[in-house]
Amino acid sequence: MSRYDLSIGIGGAAGQGIATPGDILARLFVRRGLHLSAYNAYQSIIRGGHIFLTLRTSDEPVLSFGDKIDVLIALNQDTMDRHLRLMRSGSAVLYNADKIKPGNAEPGVQLCHFSVKELAPGVKGDLVQNTIALSALLRLIGVEFKVLEEIINVQFRRKGPTVIEENLAVARAGYEYAGSRFQPFPWPLPDTGKRLAFFEGNQALAMGGAAAGVRFYCAYPMSPSSGVLHWMARHARQLGIVVRQVEDEISVINMAIGAAHAGCRAMCATSGGGFALMSEALGSAAMMEIPVVCINVQRAGPATGVPTKTEQGDLWQVMGAGQGDYPRIIVAPTNIPDCFKTVPRLFNLVDRFQCPGIILSDLLLSEGRASVDPAELDFNVPIDRGEVIGLNGALAPDGGYKRYRLTESGVSPRALPGTPGYMHTVATDEHDEDGVLISDEYTNPHKRRAMHEKRMRKMQGILAEIEPPKLFGPEEAQVTLVGWGSTEGVIREAMQRLAADGIAANNLQVKWLVPFHGEAVTRLLTKGAKTIIVENNYSGQFARYLRSETGLAADGHIRKYDGEPFMPHHIVDGVKAILSGAQRVYVPVHEIMV
Amino acid sequence: MSVSPTEGRREARPAGAGAAARTTVKDLKGRVEPDWCPGCGDFGVLSALKQAIVELGLQPHEVMVISGIGCSSNLPGFINTYGMHTLHGRALAVATGAQLANHELKIVVTGGDGDGYGIGGNHFLHTMRRNVDLTYIVMNNQIYGLTTGQVSPTSVKGMKTKSTPEGSIENPINPIPLAIAAGATYVARGYTGQVKHLVELIKGGIRHRGFALIDAFSPCVTFNHDNTHDFFKQRTVKLEDRGHDPTNFAAAMEQGYRWGDEIPIGLFWKREDIPSLDELEPVLAEGGPLARRPLGVPPDVARSLIRDLM
Repeated sequence: MSRYDLSIGIGGAAGQGIATPGDILARLFVRRGLHLSAYNAYQSIIRGGHIFLTLRTSDEPVLSFGDKIDVLIALNQDTMDRHLRLMRSGSAVLYNADKIKPGNAEPGVQLCHFSVKELAPGVKGDLVQNTIALSALLRLIGVEFKVLEEIINVQFRRKGPTVIEENLAVARAGYEYAGSRFQPFPWPLPDTGKRLAFFEGNQALAMGGAAAGVRFYCAYPMSPSSGVLHWMARHARQLGIVVRQVEDEISVINMAIGAAHAGCRAMCATSGGGFALMSEALGSAAMMEIPVVCINVQRAGPATGVPTKTEQGDLWQVMGAGQGDYPRIIVAPTNIPDCFKTVPRLFNLVDRFQCPGIILSDLLLSEGRASVDPAELDFNVPIDRGEVIGLNGALAPDGGYKRYRLTESGVSPRALPGTPGYMHTVATDEHDEDGVLISDEYTNPHKRRAMHEKRMRKMQGILAEIEPPKLFGPEEAQVTLVGWGSTEGVIREAMQRLAADGIAANNLQVKWLVPFHGEAVTRLLTKGAKTIIVENNYSGQFARYLRSETGLAADGHIRKYDGEPFMPHHIVDGVKAILSGAQRVYVPVHEIMV
Repeated sequence: MSVSPTEGRREARPAGAGAAARTTVKDLKGRVEPDWCPGCGDFGVLSALKQAIVELGLQPHEVMVISGIGCSSNLPGFINTYGMHTLHGRALAVATGAQLANHELKIVVTGGDGDGYGIGGNHFLHTMRRNVDLTYIVMNNQIYGLTTGQVSPTSVKGMKTKSTPEGSIENPINPIPLAIAAGATYVARGYTGQVKHLVELIKGGIRHRGFALIDAFSPCVTFNHDNTHDFFKQRTVKLEDRGHDPTNFAAAMEQGYRWGDEIPIGLFWKREDIPSLDELEPVLAEGGPLARRPLGVPPDVARSLIRDLM
């Protein structure tokens, strides 16, 4: 067998207990050294609605949650009705026949029904069907019962021996039943002998913040960014981070700015709506030259939009956030481990260049889960706090201290409040080198220009520090798929399939968005391959940005704005449609209805 | 570069700073002269704040003055301490972050009634309920001055301004009972025509561990022709002269609602049994100010964080 590749879909209503089996499976996979990609499609609802969790695992790196389901666990009739038609030959559907009736399945789809009444007579509660389904699934994929035994022991440890025994009995019944009635999959779940870790993107961002030395974190809860707050709050005491939930996002960013000015590495996270409220203050951080990091986990907008659905629709918002021109860094991590690595990197840049930094994530990235080699999680990252008087005892340059001294780099040493001898006022009004407002008495065009240019000069310094994007894949290609941020994995998987179909494609995935390596990108995109831009929004925000920075108009566009992320075949189909000349803008249809 | 913060701090201190000379009012003179209109009440707050810092024996670098936007919010530029002149209405949020980041700083927030009770109203409410350890001086002139005379949240009902030519039909905010109800632990009102009295109120506020509000009548001589110096001179009475007990909640609320021929000034309400936010924050309990702690995650902690993911 060349590659083990298994996708499990678990669907049901909110409140039916999908997270727990999802968590158990994810842990089971990474403990065997298998790679993992998981995505949960859900609604903004506490109970009811329809949730569909996809877990894909393989002995080779998994680039996306894919577009096939090998095992469907239907916890209610709704899931059965929505997904059975998508099941293909060789797959299996697990369901409680007491309550759920299958419809017409394609030939070769194994309908694995069990009866909760029969297998667990006398056990109350709906969750028992999950235990039976999970044990039957493990039997199907060739996992020994002792693994399940261990999991149940851990899972129900707090509930006492009676509950453990009850669940074990149910699991055993399900496992044995599956053994006698269902046809197992031809290859058992492999064990590579290694152990991997897994986390979700929000956790990765929070841990990256911890590694960077964030000492102050505040937020207002907003899906899909709340996971960062939850991780931070849970680890606050252990890591010595002051974590505050505050009244609104305006307060969030202003508090972070206050803490950052006083000397902390300060971070916050929100989604597009909260970010809109923060806009004015981000500009103020640039004007006062205070380093602060804000994460925007994009969801489908505008306004309250679709709170639990993904989109890449905030690019223009973050680029235009706040009045006036100001230096800022905007970065979009391209995968979940990259979320972890990007945060310390960004903190070093914002500290050195004393400006705000924005991380653009999205629901797919932030709430998706991925395996990671623990060796990749290096907390011992370099920390560069830039020129700070009062932190390292450095003294001001010759003469009196001027907070906003005009320098070639645009960076002026900052002094931490509380340091004797360097008193100054930072201001959101335009000011002189010493912080005195230039709007007092005379506005002085010369001073305004000098100070504005000083701040904006930082952008050149930042550009020199960040690496230009590189082409991934074959140098000679028929098509270059251009993406930004979270679409990296799915684009690369689509490339593999295109190659199998005889279409050579490569990928330019842009991570650092502002400042932008326009010249390098122009060189890469004028090599002769057709360019197709893939993004999760309606208007082609990145396509317009690319055009504004390089003058390059793409040959085709693949756009998706239905709230769900791309699946590999959406891109494959789009590339073929565009290359054939049938379409210039391809909008795929999302087949799974959630 | 993770440097031991306390060491850095000591090195940065100029030689002999341990026995720093007592701060004088002259030491606190800012880089520029105030640009307020002649006769503006805000001069009284500036001079009272300087005097309070001097009398409390604080060094200029130990104080940070944070403001929003408006005439009164220009104050940080007129005093030689650390200062932040932030956005309209946002000073208390910024100040909370700064206070938690370095709880050794004495944070004074200055601003106007529009800034604090209008655009910043939500932050005002929440900063009080959190009992953040800072002193908030609101220069209350009952009008928007810098935007050339429109109603403010404290303008009295019926007041005619550029934006209310028929007279304001809205009820004004009464910051004193509002602050008491919201959880401020030191609530006072001063009048900028009574600077000595104001100095005492500010000193009390800075000394107080917790949120101190000092609402200071600060007449706008240019735009507010109703609530003038004469208006307040004739009406203000000191609570101290009336035997008011600032620990009596009912009396404090009752005095706070008085507005008429007699308008009380002084300390309405004070309680010292409630810890401030930084005192309650477990992370700050040991290790000095957050801002000066070394960065980085210790290897054993990092290992346990990674273990949790496996």
